[in-house]
Amino acid sequence: MNFSTDTQASVIAILPEILMTILAVAVLVYDVIWPEERRVQLGYLAGFGLMSIAGVVWLIGVPPAGGLQEQLLLGGMVRHDDMAQIFRVMVILAGALSCLLAMGVLKLRARGDFYAVLIVAVIGASLMSAAADLIMIFLALETTSITLYLLAGYLRDDDRSTEAGLKYFLFGAFTSAFTLYGLSLVYGLTGQTNIYELGKTLATNGLPDPPVVIALGLVAVGFGFKISAVPFHFWTPDVYEGAPTPITALLSSASKAAAVGLLLRFLLAVFPPPELLGALEGVKDYSAFWVQLAAVLSVVSMSLGNVLALVQSNIKRLLAYSTIAHAGYILIGVAAISTDCSGDGAAAVAFYMFMYVLTNILAFGVVILFANATGSEQISDLAGLSRRNPWLALAMTIALLSLAGIPPAAGFIGKFLLFRAAVNANLVWLALVGIVNVIIGLYYYLVVVKVMYMERSEDEDKPIPVGTPYSWALGISVAGVLLFGTILVTPLLDWATDAAHALYVLL
Amino acid sequence: MVMTFSGVLTGILLIPLISAIIILLLPKEKKEEARIIAAMATGMVLLLALGVFFGYSVDDANAANDNGQAYFAYEDHVQWIESIGVSWHLGVDGISAPMVLLTALAGFTGVLISWGIEDRTREFMAFFLLLVGGVLGVFMAVDLFVLFFFYELAIFPMYFLIVIWGWVKTREYAAMKLTLYILVGSVVALIGMLALYFKAGQATGVYSFDFVDLQAAAKAGVFDEPFSPAWSAATTARLWFPAIFIGFGVLAGVWPFHNWSPDGHVAAPTAVSMIHAGVLMKLGAFAALRVGVQLLPEGAKAHLPWIIFLTLINVVYGALIAMRQRDFKYVIGFSSVSHMGLVSMGFATMNVTGMTGAGLQMFSHGVMTALFFACVGMVYDRAHTRDIPSLGGFVQKLPWVAVAFIIGGFVSMGMPGLSGFVAEFPIFVGLWDGPNFAPDAGWLTGSFTYYGLIAVVAALGIIVTAAYVLRVVGQVFFGDFNRERFPDVSPITIYDKIALVVLVFWLVALGVYPRLMAPMVESGVKPIVSMLGG
Repeated sequence: MNFSTDTQASVIAILPEILMTILAVAVLVYDVIWPEERRVQLGYLAGFGLMSIAGVVWLIGVPPAGGLQEQLLLGGMVRHDDMAQIFRVMVILAGALSCLLAMGVLKLRARGDFYAVLIVAVIGASLMSAAADLIMIFLALETTSITLYLLAGYLRDDDRSTEAGLKYFLFGAFTSAFTLYGLSLVYGLTGQTNIYELGKTLATNGLPDPPVVIALGLVAVGFGFKISAVPFHFWTPDVYEGAPTPITALLSSASKAAAVGLLLRFLLAVFPPPELLGALEGVKDYSAFWVQLAAVLSVVSMSLGNVLALVQSNIKRLLAYSTIAHAGYILIGVAAISTDCSGDGAAAVAFYMFMYVLTNILAFGVVILFANATGSEQISDLAGLSRRNPWLALAMTIALLSLAGIPPAAGFIGKFLLFRAAVNANLVWLALVGIVNVIIGLYYYLVVVKVMYMERSEDEDKPIPVGTPYSWALGISVAGVLLFGTILVTPLLDWATDAAHALYVLL
Repeated sequence: MVMTFSGVLTGILLIPLISAIIILLLPKEKKEEARIIAAMATGMVLLLALGVFFGYSVDDANAANDNGQAYFAYEDHVQWIESIGVSWHLGVDGISAPMVLLTALAGFTGVLISWGIEDRTREFMAFFLLLVGGVLGVFMAVDLFVLFFFYELAIFPMYFLIVIWGWVKTREYAAMKLTLYILVGSVVALIGMLALYFKAGQATGVYSFDFVDLQAAAKAGVFDEPFSPAWSAATTARLWFPAIFIGFGVLAGVWPFHNWSPDGHVAAPTAVSMIHAGVLMKLGAFAALRVGVQLLPEGAKAHLPWIIFLTLINVVYGALIAMRQRDFKYVIGFSSVSHMGLVSMGFATMNVTGMTGAGLQMFSHGVMTALFFACVGMVYDRAHTRDIPSLGGFVQKLPWVAVAFIIGGFVSMGMPGLSGFVAEFPIFVGLWDGPNFAPDAGWLTGSFTYYGLIAVVAALGIIVTAAYVLRVVGQVFFGDFNRERFPDVSPITIYDKIALVVLVFWLVALGVYPRLMAPMVESGVKPIVSMLGG
């Protein structure tokens, strides 16, 4: 395959990463230049900087016209298509909002190095969305992972944070090794590194099944870790609980979104369903295997995540288990991408991720504010929140309703699309399992809502102040969750559908 | 696709939703303003709903029926989520127009009755308006996605209203029970709806949630194709009808899934009980009719003959349990279960008379139950107990409430001259007639007495109803008034009186002049019965 060598297109394809690198450097420079008391503003610089980059991606990031060849740039390292763009906007937005949230954490808010590392993590996630080469995939994965290990343990004098960082690192390094081994197996079998080349070679060369399946399984370990699917989820509650909350928000949104984007691309490109390679002869089909794998992982993640969430008393841990359950919902969509080539499943996943990013940032944002004011992360201490700050309680309620899939929040449309995709892909049983889980989920989300609204506490008359950066972060996410659930469904869904269609162009 | 937009229905829907947001934006102290905005919003909705109700042309509807076209008045039809075939399609037919009016009535009187709520008034009114908006959305939806959207939207304000302002002893339990029951039912129905959507889409090439498109597919027999030639009984319609009908039927209180309803009614604050029993349960019946019977007539023919048994249990068992209650509010709660059984039973007759009766019963029972719960609330607010034996003699202190309750009681018994008779009589006539085509389940309905027997047993329920209504009236409103126990029974406020008068007016008006509504409901029922083959 010949890759496009158009210089202009190549620069545009990685423009977001270039801009973010400049931003990271700028943050470090201003960290030195600005006097101590002004450094609090660094969060605005990073946050709104990232937000404008997300805007740039959205505005001028129109992929080059033409087929796969025109979109594979820089020697096939990245693919510049709608899929990359939509996931980039997600992760960059998540990074931006996390920066704003970090401005509320006393020990982090005036540290330029923190914001710079955070931006680098976002660069990695952004590259993951576009990566089309095994080498790029691994580089992007590691760029995100290593920076996130750092960030999780950033509060060095806090035992829990340090523990979270170490735990995340150990788990991460372990699964990275699996992934790398899987990737090297694939490379060894085919001699190719570009995933689109690889896919064709694997399908047509008549290779023996076992090594291919083993390679697929090994790579799945890495992805499972990143999206915290069961059984690779053990780190999630501990790390979410211990890490600084803005980083938890980033972990649960950007890191997960990027991994999901990459997973979709990787599965469809490397192990495509045979229909997509229609012109080639003697095609071998590995897709049935990963569809089953995704379906099984989906069922166990949903069920275990939801059931364990029922018994949590710490709000961050509850959200961590809910994240695991949501990995399961997302995998419903992943399981549905192979059997229908209309792009329903992939579009549903992209839409779902988008709303999920906003929703999770919203939920963790409220948790930070609440934890700052009360010094507690216990659900029972949320009592009386609706009297202390009705807006905060309302924001949290919207986030929880969105997670539970109740309109008018975007989660409803997201779940609806996922189940629709599953029914369309003849996976009615999977949709039914999903629905049982939605109901279990609704229970524990409502319990939190109940505590906020119904239970009384002694601190009721102490209001919880909301700082300016928070108003921005929470306002943007609330607006996003509500608008993408009602009048802006069509633009986002159309974009997600375009993205999904790009994913199915393999030749 | 033809785009029309008259804006009336969208207006009816948006007024409460926008007012809810405005109320939330008010400062916390402005309680009176919140109440006034809520009253104005629901008042405007009521006026518009009256306009829709009286502006609905039965002749146009009948003409369209004769031509075999789907008819919806005041249509709003614009694109919403084009890529999956969802459009913003609102409209009312002969069945839903009275329901919109009912919701508006219950909403308006509910706000008036809640005037005295002092704890977080703002939030109460906002959630209440959201609930009213959600319910209106379901009744006016012609697109199934829109229907489902508002169905779910109505659930969460319900939860809040019960859990925050409900009866302290059971609110937590009841609110959660209600929410989970309804959600389970609705998602089961959702899967059924998706199955229809894909089936119709594969057959016609147009993937659409629009009811009109799906009905066209149903008429073309898309849902009646067997899955495999070897097993001709297994069709989409037969497989999915129970899921959809019972799924929505949970909200209508179909036995054995009625259990959430008395608990929910009792735990809810007065205005919410009114909406809850008065309107929300109709939501379930309405959705079951619209999505279940109207889209899957073949499924209805196969399954309604056994589902009618469930509704019979509703009628009789609900009445018997109501008889046994000591708690005033539980009596009304179980009476709703019993009366809602009559609605589902009317649908299950599958003929014009019976289904028209069911449509009228939805309205009549809605207004009546709203009135009952309003009365119970007024007594409870003053007596602070709902234990029937310890109450007594309240006619002396609260004559308005007593008269209103007694009129409601007569409606409930089916007394001629009131709306209950107008509704229940056709249901029994329809039952006696049975469907005027051979239902599929021949082994069950082969004997001509099948529906007649059901009618006879169901009539027992009416007798029991008379017994418990008279018992409650006698023990609560008549007898000796215990002055020591209830020292400060204040008279009801002017807002309460307005609410009672508005509700009683409709019960009497419909009873004296059934033509107000009967032809309209009939025009909505006819196309359903013609699809059933009657």
